[in-house]
Amino acid sequence: MEQRETADYGGDVNQFLTFSLGTEEYGMDILRVQEIKGNSAITHIPNAPKHVKGVMNLRGTVVPVVDLRAKFSMEAVEYGKFSVIIVVMVGQKVSGLVVDAVSDVLNIAASDIRPAPDFGASCDTRFISGVASIGEKLAVLLEIDKLLSEEEVAVTAGSN
Amino acid sequence: MKVDINNFRETFFQESTEHLAEMEAGLLRLDQGSFDPELLNAIFRAAHSIKGAAGMFGLDDVARFTHALESLLDQLRSGGITVTAKLTDVLLRANDVLRELLAAAAHDSAAPARMQGVLEELLVMQRAGALPDKERAQVRQTDRTQPQSGTQTFCVQFRPAANSFSQGMDRLLILRDLAALGSAGASPELDLGKLPSLDDLDPERCYLAWKLRIATSKTSAEIQDVFAFVEDGAEIRIEAEHQELEAAAQPAPPPPSGQAARDASIRVATSKVDKLVDLVGELVIAQSMAHQIVRNFSPARLGELQEAIAQMERHIRELQERVMSVRMLPIGHIFGRFPRLVRDLSIQLSKNVRLEMAGEDTELDKGVVEQMSDPLTHIIRNAIDHGIEPGDERASNGKPEQGLIRLEAFHQAGSVIVEISDDGRGLDANRIRRKAIERGLIAESDSLTEAQCCDLIFSAGFSTAEKVSDLSGRGVGLDVVRRNVEALNGSVTLVAQPGHGTRVRIQLPLTLAILDGLSVRVGKETYVVPLVAISESIRPREEQVKTVAGRGEAVMVRGEALPLVRLHRLFGIQTEVVDPCRGLTVIVEHAGHRFALLVDELLGQQQVVIKSLEAHYRKVEGVLGATILGDGRAALILDAAGLAQISRRNGEDLRAA
Amino acid sequence: MAKTILIVDDSTSIRQVVSFTLKQAGFAVVEGSNGKEGLAQLDTAPRVDLIVTDLNMPVMDGITFIKHVRSRPQSKGTPVLMLTTESQDSKKQEGKAAGATGWLVKPFHPEKLLQTIARVLP
Repeated sequence: MEQRETADYGGDVNQFLTFSLGTEEYGMDILRVQEIKGNSAITHIPNAPKHVKGVMNLRGTVVPVVDLRAKFSMEAVEYGKFSVIIVVMVGQKVSGLVVDAVSDVLNIAASDIRPAPDFGASCDTRFISGVASIGEKLAVLLEIDKLLSEEEVAVTAGSN
Repeated sequence: MKVDINNFRETFFQESTEHLAEMEAGLLRLDQGSFDPELLNAIFRAAHSIKGAAGMFGLDDVARFTHALESLLDQLRSGGITVTAKLTDVLLRANDVLRELLAAAAHDSAAPARMQGVLEELLVMQRAGALPDKERAQVRQTDRTQPQSGTQTFCVQFRPAANSFSQGMDRLLILRDLAALGSAGASPELDLGKLPSLDDLDPERCYLAWKLRIATSKTSAEIQDVFAFVEDGAEIRIEAEHQELEAAAQPAPPPPSGQAARDASIRVATSKVDKLVDLVGELVIAQSMAHQIVRNFSPARLGELQEAIAQMERHIRELQERVMSVRMLPIGHIFGRFPRLVRDLSIQLSKNVRLEMAGEDTELDKGVVEQMSDPLTHIIRNAIDHGIEPGDERASNGKPEQGLIRLEAFHQAGSVIVEISDDGRGLDANRIRRKAIERGLIAESDSLTEAQCCDLIFSAGFSTAEKVSDLSGRGVGLDVVRRNVEALNGSVTLVAQPGHGTRVRIQLPLTLAILDGLSVRVGKETYVVPLVAISESIRPREEQVKTVAGRGEAVMVRGEALPLVRLHRLFGIQTEVVDPCRGLTVIVEHAGHRFALLVDELLGQQQVVIKSLEAHYRKVEGVLGATILGDGRAALILDAAGLAQISRRNGEDLRAA
Repeated sequence: MAKTILIVDDSTSIRQVVSFTLKQAGFAVVEGSNGKEGLAQLDTAPRVDLIVTDLNMPVMDGITFIKHVRSRPQSKGTPVLMLTTESQDSKKQEGKAAGATGWLVKPFHPEKLLQTIARVLP
């Protein structure tokens, strides 16, 4: 990871992978991203929370696939052959996150990141680290660690 | 040249473990009354071997302790001490300490605290034995420290023993070694004085003698040393011609024991490895044949290609089995500690119990064998503690005073069965029932079969012991046993005859990572059911399917009502097959409970590799793990135990017979 | 051609150490885990220039093995080294009477093994 001090901003610059869900733009720390996969066969898991779509075969390892749309309570979309799965690793656990499309890897200076405004109930702000403007758009930067550890909590607290 | 012997420490520790086991087995037999001299020899040899090798690897604590043990054992085998219970007790404890010492040496940790105490006991017993220590350790190096000085000249005379040729020692080597000590001045004088005429000459006798002068800075002791091997019966004279002496050199100490990390390892018969090498060779050949066909392919060769691939499949299957078998260990590996356990517990609890074991060479995956040690220990403890009655109670019930515990292992249809039976008091189903009601595990109104009552004993927090003995804990042990066995994809059940005895039966898979399964389809999903849990599968007729008000559905199979478990409902799967008579029910058995699992259709039997679901997700109830199917999709492997539990909880269990 | 040494000892770890040491020093090594196997090696190995044997072994012990070695014409004159422990003085005498050339006391430093071998191997 490169950390450059730029004269203009005088702060750290981190790399983010940006992706879209519907009309919204999001970003996550590139360090967590292991790879990006095209749509894969997903096997249903019984009694899992709504946002856990199931598991998939990642080169012989069976990993869970999380639907971020469902996680953010957005309306479901039929995932077709253009959906993308971002494979992330948090700690020792690997998971796949289904998104609409992947945009770009961008360098975002820390000083460009502003705290998240209150979006209301639709989006839990616990796992948002901030927002940044990318061109004219506003990208919501996600704390993947918290998002996926949420997973555990939600799941174990009774999934029936 | 440096030689690093630490690479061989691993072997030493493995060997020593085996010697310790032999020693213990021998000591136990001794304890039970066999006084066979060969037994005593074998016990001695085991200790002796450990001592010899320990010294080689610089493990002085071990060597010193084993030396004391060995001396006592030597006295024993030479008849200097009589065998008493006290003696075998000390020896058995010494065996334990030695085991701990070796473990400490292997992990570079401190020697066990009780080592000193047991060591002293060994010495005391040894001194108490009438005979003095026959073989006193001889100090090879004399400790004469002398002031430094220069060279002096010695006159060395040497007449070897007449029969010394029979020891394969070339005399000239002595002269060469002597000469190497310093400078010999003139060449050795040969003394032919004793040489007889040719007629009387026996070519195998030595008649020669030598004399030589040597100027050296070595001591006369060192010169004497050159003759060490040929001293007996020889005439050797070393005379200093001046009076200067030197300090004797000490031999190099053994290299310090290194910090070698101990990896888990297996001992494998070379023949097994050789066969693997052969198989891989054959696989390579088969593959290159297939490759060759593909390179010059034409549709006419399709049959050939199929055959070549089938051939590869056969080799791969055999290779797979054999690689698995490399990990197989005989269960006797852990059985070994049980005679000792039974003996110690019997003494502690003042009960007379005999242990019989069978099937020690039944092989199991190494991982499974190691995990079984604790559960089996617990069950045996339970049997002695709660099962076997005190001697007088047995006598008054017409039983032989000595209780019997039988431990048996055998293969059965793709599994390994381990049975522990005792001829004790068995289980009182009523008492268990009452206790379970008390604990809120079942309701007063529930009617259970006797088998189901006994099974309650595996529930958490259950114990019917009047007082909690600290030996076997609170009987929570049994639920942990079940959990551990089930974690290995096995099952444990119990059968008891009140007044006559109890039998615990553990069923274990032969291997951990591969499973024989039956693929089934429900809606669009494919699942794999472990074959070992399946008794049969049927498409029930209408009259076989019954609904019991308030309890759920059942399928009647040969007069038995089996709870119907709708997989689609349990797992929330969309399917059109909701009528059991249009689908298939797979009759699954777990821990004595049977139920009928409704699926859409059977897809086929296959061997699957078990992939962990928990590694990246979490444990899912009713699911044992996952696998990758031939088409690359992930599929879930069902867990018979988990399904049975879920179905019970959802009230689909039928308690009524 | 490399000299061949036969090591006979029921302890695998000791055989491993000795074998390794000897091979490093340029010897060829053949092994047996008891006297009987040692004799079998004598029969089949193309040559055996020196024998190193333990005394305490199952099946056939060292002393008996040495006697057999001496009774066979091809190994009558082969140097034999016994591996003994310090408390076994009487065994040493027995061994010599049976025909052993010399001995090496356990535990020994691999260097000492090589030195002792040098003393008896021409």
